[in-house]
Amino acid sequence: MARVITMRKAIGEALSQCMEADDRVVLLGEDIAGGEGSPGEQDAWGGDMGITKGLQPRFGKERVMDTPISESAIMGAAVGAATCGLRPVAELMFVDFMGVCFDQIMNQAAKFRYMFGGKATTPVVIRTQIGAGYNAAAQHSQCLYPLFAHIPGLKCVVPSSAYDTKGLLIQSIRDDDPVIFFEHKAMYDRVADEVPEEPYAIPFGEAHVLREGADCTIVAIARMVHMATEAARTLADEGIECTVVDPRTISPLDEETILECVAETGRLVVVDEAYPRCNMATDIAALAACEAFGALKAPVATVSPPHAPVPFAPELERAFIPDAARIASAVRRAVAWRPPAA
Amino acid sequence: MSEGAILAVTVPRWGMTMEEGTLTAWHVEEGAPVAAGDALADLESTKIANVIEAAGPGLLRRRVAAEGSTLPVGALLAVIAAEEVADDAIDAFIAAFATRPRPQTAAGTGLATVECDGRRVAYAVHGEGGEPLLLVHGFGGDMNAWMFNQEPLAAGGAVFSLDLPGHGASSKEVGEGGLDLLAAAVAAVMEAAGGHRVHLVGHSLGGAAALLAARERPDAVASLTLIAPVGFGEEIDGSYIAGFVAARRRREMAPLARRLFADRTRVTRRTVETMLRARRIDGVEPALAAIAAACFDGDRQRLDLASCAETLTMPMQVVWGAEDAILPCRHAQRLAGAAVHIVEGAGHMVAMERAGEVNALIASFAARDPA
Repeated sequence: MARVITMRKAIGEALSQCMEADDRVVLLGEDIAGGEGSPGEQDAWGGDMGITKGLQPRFGKERVMDTPISESAIMGAAVGAATCGLRPVAELMFVDFMGVCFDQIMNQAAKFRYMFGGKATTPVVIRTQIGAGYNAAAQHSQCLYPLFAHIPGLKCVVPSSAYDTKGLLIQSIRDDDPVIFFEHKAMYDRVADEVPEEPYAIPFGEAHVLREGADCTIVAIARMVHMATEAARTLADEGIECTVVDPRTISPLDEETILECVAETGRLVVVDEAYPRCNMATDIAALAACEAFGALKAPVATVSPPHAPVPFAPELERAFIPDAARIASAVRRAVAWRPPAA
Repeated sequence: MSEGAILAVTVPRWGMTMEEGTLTAWHVEEGAPVAAGDALADLESTKIANVIEAAGPGLLRRRVAAEGSTLPVGALLAVIAAEEVADDAIDAFIAAFATRPRPQTAAGTGLATVECDGRRVAYAVHGEGGEPLLLVHGFGGDMNAWMFNQEPLAAGGAVFSLDLPGHGASSKEVGEGGLDLLAAAVAAVMEAAGGHRVHLVGHSLGGAAALLAARERPDAVASLTLIAPVGFGEEIDGSYIAGFVAARRRREMAPLARRLFADRTRVTRRTVETMLRARRIDGVEPALAAIAAACFDGDRQRLDLASCAETLTMPMQVVWGAEDAILPCRHAQRLAGAAVHIVEGAGHMVAMERAGEVNALIASFAARDPA
């Protein structure tokens, strides 16, 4: 039976259902329970955002492990355990901390299947927070998923709804390859939708088309899906009908659905909260330019933040994050575009 | 919904969770004559798009909602009235409608479960009173297959609809997948309906389940409406069944979904996503595989229920889409003694595709007024 729950609840539900069904699923990360090593309260935190609270009392300290503050130790342990038969879900508190543990992910986890001729599998999931909106400043607000999508051997999941979060996290845990699961911190409690109580898995590489319109395709990632939908609603009142596509996973990327929608509308606006150089917006814009050139009626537009660190000041941070108004203007420009007179 | 000679056209509730709908296009100009069942406008919810049909004849006197506007369930879209009705009366009707409290859902609406053989069977109730209707969906569907039928039919009394075992919110464990289990689930919901006699309505495989339930409990069944039922001919589109069991992605599901309708443009990406959501739940695939193996052998049906139908004495009618691509409508000939309605321009999902017409057939057979 489906009911409306938040993304926060959807993550907890996916984790606990997978842990119930499969003893090999273990969790590790900094303060994912909270209180480890102290004489006082245990399970005090459940992660810095409270996502995993309640899991340690339920599944025990051997399956829900508070770790020291050492990202390279967490990732190394998780990746090693995965190659030896467990299915660890490791938490990298903020994706911004990837710098200290990237070798474990990029050169170890991502390469094992390939370098060992398919004899090794690494079924590890790394959950990590992305995104601005909390005035958490330049080191805790970035959308660094393009850096992971760049690496062959890593699967990258960027959910935008509670339904997708649960189904994609379950698929991530069941998947035999390393999966990086990006959670936008501004969506945990602000996004809630209908989610079945039972477990279900959404296959990777399957985009979700949220609405269909004839005039312009908007492809948006993670939290930007909500901005794009808001823009599409505004534009519909002006008579401009948009198709909104959420790729759900950026690696693998459902190129076919994106190209199909571009072919139908002839226009494309890509929205990405990641920095504008080498982000998913440029990648998807290139895809359309290379594979759908003949269908395009206007130049492809990208909507991204400026190439600058995420500002701390609330006014500047608001100006930094792409919003519905910027997306709507980009769509209006695409629809109004005419080839220059020869 | 009529008030004197003025008919309100409102945003319907398609399925339990629909709260608002967006009017995407008008098909009729203000002042134009309309007949009952005419397509007035296109409306879409977050899950599905469909046409709004005229509930009665008259002129489309006023289009109240603009194209592109999103309105809550129950909101006024348009007004139909005869030419004689004065403009003042129409204005007064619209003004009065705006101040009227919006009906939340039909009285008595809710979700519940009943146990059958240790399995959970989920069902929904719309409306209350009278000899209840019980709607039984087909292979791979769930109670939402009736989203265009539940509320209109509930205007005349209680409407029950269930999720068969292996489907929707019911238990996914179906053992050998035999039809007797599905029939037992139908009987369990009949029981839950409070010991009344029920009017059974079954679609496709649900038609076969309803028929077997009626055979087991003939005293409890007031009438039987079979919509494109399984069990009355040899052929079935086995590639649809096998494809549906295996489909995990939109590209696999979309061509199958289109086979269900005569008007294939009705199947949008959202329709397909809704079907996939049901299909993705753990346990659905093995359940469907077991049911398919028990009931079908490739393009052949394993069950022949024609002789079973002949033994039943309750009133029986059969409704079939003329363009059904899954089960050919000529199978209707084998239902001796039943009133047969072949609906032109409709496919296997005739109760969705021609909801107004099928609702009228069900309601008149059960002697109740549709909304």
